[in-house]
Amino acid sequence: MIGAEAIVKCLEAEGVKAVFGYPGVAICPFYNSILDSSIRTILIRTEQNAAHAASGLARMTGKPGVCAVTSGPGATNVITGIATAFADSIPLICITGQVNSELLGSDVFQEADITGAVESFVKYSYLVKNVNDIPRIFKEAFYIANTGRKGPVLIDIPIDIQNAVINKFKYPQEVSMRTYKPTVNGHIMQIKKVMGQLQKAKRPIICAGGGVLLSGAEKELRTFAEKYSIPVVSTMMGIGVMPTEHPMYFGMVGNNGKAYANRAMNEADLIIMVGARVADRAISQPDLIIGNSVLVHIDVDSAEIGKNAIPTIPLVGDARHIFEDLLKQELEPQDCEHGDWIDTLKHYRDTMQIKRNPNPEYVDPKQFIICLSEKMNENGVYVADVGQNQIWSCAYHIVREGRFMTSGGMGTMGYSIPAAMGAKLACPERQVVAVCGDGSFQMSMMELATMRQHDIRVKIIVLKNNYLGMVREYQHYTYKDHYSVVDLSGSPDLEKLAAAYDIPFIRLVNNHGMEEAIDAFLKNDESMLMECLIDPMDLVK
Amino acid sequence: MKRIYSVLVENRSGVLCKVAGLFSRRCFNIDSLAVGETDDPDISCMTIVSSGDQRTIEQIEKQLNKKLDVIKVKTFDEGQSVSRELMLVKVKYNKNNRRDILETCEIMKAQIVDMSKTMLMIQICDVPEKTRLLISMLQSISIVEVARTGTLALPKCSD
Repeated sequence: MIGAEAIVKCLEAEGVKAVFGYPGVAICPFYNSILDSSIRTILIRTEQNAAHAASGLARMTGKPGVCAVTSGPGATNVITGIATAFADSIPLICITGQVNSELLGSDVFQEADITGAVESFVKYSYLVKNVNDIPRIFKEAFYIANTGRKGPVLIDIPIDIQNAVINKFKYPQEVSMRTYKPTVNGHIMQIKKVMGQLQKAKRPIICAGGGVLLSGAEKELRTFAEKYSIPVVSTMMGIGVMPTEHPMYFGMVGNNGKAYANRAMNEADLIIMVGARVADRAISQPDLIIGNSVLVHIDVDSAEIGKNAIPTIPLVGDARHIFEDLLKQELEPQDCEHGDWIDTLKHYRDTMQIKRNPNPEYVDPKQFIICLSEKMNENGVYVADVGQNQIWSCAYHIVREGRFMTSGGMGTMGYSIPAAMGAKLACPERQVVAVCGDGSFQMSMMELATMRQHDIRVKIIVLKNNYLGMVREYQHYTYKDHYSVVDLSGSPDLEKLAAAYDIPFIRLVNNHGMEEAIDAFLKNDESMLMECLIDPMDLVK
Repeated sequence: MKRIYSVLVENRSGVLCKVAGLFSRRCFNIDSLAVGETDDPDISCMTIVSSGDQRTIEQIEKQLNKKLDVIKVKTFDEGQSVSRELMLVKVKYNKNNRRDILETCEIMKAQIVDMSKTMLMIQICDVPEKTRLLISMLQSISIVEVARTGTLALPKCSD
């Protein structure tokens, strides 16, 4: 057996079903060996999207997504995808081919120091120098990627190592690394302190981030919030921790979030922050919220606790385990009634809605997204891109039993289509809709070919305004309409583009016929491209 | 606030780069950094002197602990440790200042380890404060070049 075959065996042992990638000479031994496996290979049209597609798959399966690209430009192209996954703590295994190990460092054709280049965007990286290390390295890589604070791991494998004969292939049962032992269970004393604070609190709130989804703690969170009547808000990455219309859910916080959610955070006397980084877009003034409340910060990564806000009670551990332990504590729910607080928040929710004045000549994004949400399947997957479309999606999409995904930390345009493809491959029976703007669509529209080639039935909506809307909006406010490099003239006719790819197309020019158009868009499990013309001057705020 | 980090790491290629990269990426200061193998050839010890406010100092320790090549991080300040720095200084001398240089070396417990007709090489191994002092004492003479190890430190012995 050679190294390349060993890699495929490792992927099989980890239960990998699909690999996204782009071949080149340096990764050819691997792509040759994978033909003998039942693992699906998806030829993505640019490497960055291989990482995004693997990210979409990982978010649906809870297992690391895998991509495999060649050395040099293949490897450097994938960096943005890796950085996107890193910012959102998505587990990825990224395999990169490398030039012959004896030529490393001599700047031969398509050589790039990829382990050096990605150092600040990966949880860990390997440069394989001995073929016999392959089983151990893959075992460790999958373990590292999907435990503790999840994230991407890169494995760089020179072509001669892929071709070298491996003595004896044995996939390890266990990992033994003296430097890596993630904390799973929270400290029991800290857990008791949380319950003590909860008993005293009059206005508690839970602020849930993406970590809750990553640890699969949605059910435990909901049970805890319901048991002790604690309202819940979320960060952008936390959207979907609770159904949007759950009576205890009060929206997304942050500078693009709901005013009533931010007000709830500011008025709370106990904030339980869980799986969230207290990042600038979510909590713009951390000192303000800790000034007049008790902050409990639960995170699996101890370095996130105290980084942006000093908590009263730090609690390191996995969100699901911590909620399980919190639920085991003896505190009577009747000792924690917050009826007045909840009534106040409901009043805020009813009275602090943004008033929009939609232009009747165009599709109103708010009305459209609400209508789309209502008509999507209960468990549908909604993937929002980056830009105004993302902010509207966050504000108006109604999650029921489905998933909401977006690039939150890095804000990488072009994420939605490849990520939706990964999600669809992971869950072929579920409806997957990617919603993007005309800017972000053009950053990944080459993947329409991938969808066609591999029969990945993603539905795509393009909110078209012929502008980079989010930047235009920023220039509107900051530079008083002095627009610079935001005009998207020259964009293709999407109807012709869809025809070129043989994908059915629908155009919606204003709110008339919206319901019928969405019904037609969602009616079957086929790929479809829908264009909605929206007001170029519309604003998210 | 000064802080010393004694960091045990896997003795592998690229680890120094990863640790140094962490400091630059997160805008942490490195006042000095010294690396060497320990009694176990698989493990190296990095002694890093850094400075910053309380929050930064805590973040440095947490971020170091996150690195998967880091085995153990010990952190202490100068008062809790024995610290030493080795320095070599090459100076130009002449018959007028030779005696002054020798006297300075004697007071500072520095040694002359090499010489030519015009140059002397001085070695000092002492707490970092003393090596800095020696440089300032020699500054009036013509210093040709200086090499310093950076601070090495271990926490004080305790039973």
